[in-house]
Amino acid sequence: MDVRLPLFVVTPIFGAIIILLVGKWDKKIFPRVWSIITMAFLLLLIFLTWNKGTLLHFMGGWEPPYGIVLVEDSLSLLILLIINVVGFLSIVFSYSYILRYEDYLRFFSMFLLMIAGMNGVAIAGDLFNLYVFLEIASIASYALVGYGVGPEELEASFKYLILGVLASTLILFGIAIIYAATGSVSMADVARFLINNPGNRAVLLASGFFLMGFSLKAGLVPFHAWLPDAHPAAPAPISAMLSGVLIKVLGIYAMIRVFYHVIGITPMVSQIFIGMGGLSMVVGALMGFGQDDMKRLFAFSSISQMGYVMIGIGLGTPLGIFGALFHLLNHAGYKSLLFLSSGAIERETRTRKLSELGGLREKMPVTSAASVVGSLSISGVPPFNGFWSKLIILLAAFQSRNFLVAGIVVFTAFLTLTYYLRFQKNAIFGSVSEKVKGAHEAPIPMVMPLVIFAIFCLLIGVFNHTIISGIIIPAGQILLDRAGYIMSVLGGV
Amino acid sequence: MTLYFLDFVLFAIGIYALVAKRHIVKKILGVAIMEYSVNLFLILIGFKKAGVAPILTKDMDLVTFIKTAVDPLPQALVLTSIVIGLGTLALMVSIAIRLYERYGTFDMHEINRLRG
Repeated sequence: MDVRLPLFVVTPIFGAIIILLVGKWDKKIFPRVWSIITMAFLLLLIFLTWNKGTLLHFMGGWEPPYGIVLVEDSLSLLILLIINVVGFLSIVFSYSYILRYEDYLRFFSMFLLMIAGMNGVAIAGDLFNLYVFLEIASIASYALVGYGVGPEELEASFKYLILGVLASTLILFGIAIIYAATGSVSMADVARFLINNPGNRAVLLASGFFLMGFSLKAGLVPFHAWLPDAHPAAPAPISAMLSGVLIKVLGIYAMIRVFYHVIGITPMVSQIFIGMGGLSMVVGALMGFGQDDMKRLFAFSSISQMGYVMIGIGLGTPLGIFGALFHLLNHAGYKSLLFLSSGAIERETRTRKLSELGGLREKMPVTSAASVVGSLSISGVPPFNGFWSKLIILLAAFQSRNFLVAGIVVFTAFLTLTYYLRFQKNAIFGSVSEKVKGAHEAPIPMVMPLVIFAIFCLLIGVFNHTIISGIIIPAGQILLDRAGYIMSVLGGV
Repeated sequence: MTLYFLDFVLFAIGIYALVAKRHIVKKILGVAIMEYSVNLFLILIGFKKAGVAPILTKDMDLVTFIKTAVDPLPQALVLTSIVIGLGTLALMVSIAIRLYERYGTFDMHEINRLRG
């Protein structure tokens, strides 16, 4: 029993309600300050529960398999760390960025609800709560994508909503089938039942539904239609959250938790993971080439980078899993950095088109330096973090003798480098264009998160060994040890 | 078994309306049909013919209770999922109204400033 676990969900929901209540008197300063305080408290909470082994909380004192259980193991801890660090820095960034909109209250309260939903997904111990928290995060994100209420924002939001609802319904259907087949929704209990009674055909149907639903949420290639519209339409901090956190938590994390721990990974599912991963990598990278809109380019590169993670997970070897989880962490860092920097650039120059930008280096030196660090990291240039995770995934592909996959990994890394060089050449370097002439450096609350993310990219790259052995390997071991997960949740029950 | 099959047909109708229809309101109706088919499926899992409410009274022994009582868990799940469905439906309808204000049409083929 650990009473701190529900706080991961309760604190942001409480913060969201307080913002709406106090917002009657103070509409401008309070929401911004209070959301920063809430996020700082969540970071403190992670620090307090750091490396304490697997923590459990039984809601209402009902023990599993009958009650609702919250689980925080090393894998959840890695995901919680990503959510709350990126969330904190995005909220700090919003402090100045929100000035261009009128309604502060709903922005920050929905932001906190999204955080609450994602934290809930990370610590949920049963399938139905996973679904409920997934929906909380999704509904908040649909509304936030359409926050600008312009025609394009609303269109993107509606597209995202339709596909998101389809994904959630498929996931709920999968959960219903699992319940019908096993008589339980507790993840550990279902896993134990399926180990004792193998060969259940209904589970295969449920796997199909889960695969479609979570791939839609993750924006993997056959299901990616919403992603390149939704990411550019959202306000910059929300794009950073969507790309840096939401597609990972609701898509990839939920998928690996369900497939590795609950249903159990089979060679067929692994092959599908590798297939979708390879397709996402190549298609995302190729689509990235033709984009003139900066944020659309980043959105397509998110699809491509999620492909790397899926390849690592699909390989299924310990090295592949470690590489995939490490890439998850790295991608959260540099993609959030790039989306936030695009927000800072758009605020100063009023454009996102690469053809209208140029010479930002002279007008916005700090933002430019940070986004150069981000693009070098994502292209996999050695001292930065992206290089190491791509290297590990490549080695894992060689180790398991998947030479075609290894070829695709190298080819996509080359493509990524090419289109990020194009971004740098057109936007950061070159001569100062018409629109950039009046630009200044962004205010401090916007520049600070960029600099912190850039330092993260560099430090994780330099001290990669410490990060891998301290955070990534424990999380990967939890993922590979299905029996250990069942034991740690159910105990001797 | 027939009931389950018909439920899958309902789900397929929902997906068809969602994917193939151009009119936004029809798409929203498709989402509603799809959600209700899943709710129906959950209820069917716990359904028993001539079942009783799952409350153990003094004049009932455990064996007949297990035989006749319906499974209460799916009902609890369905309540939650209906509430979530209401939330998404409200958001969808309000976005549809805003879209109509901006574009002057409900036709998804004419609302195409962005391309996937």
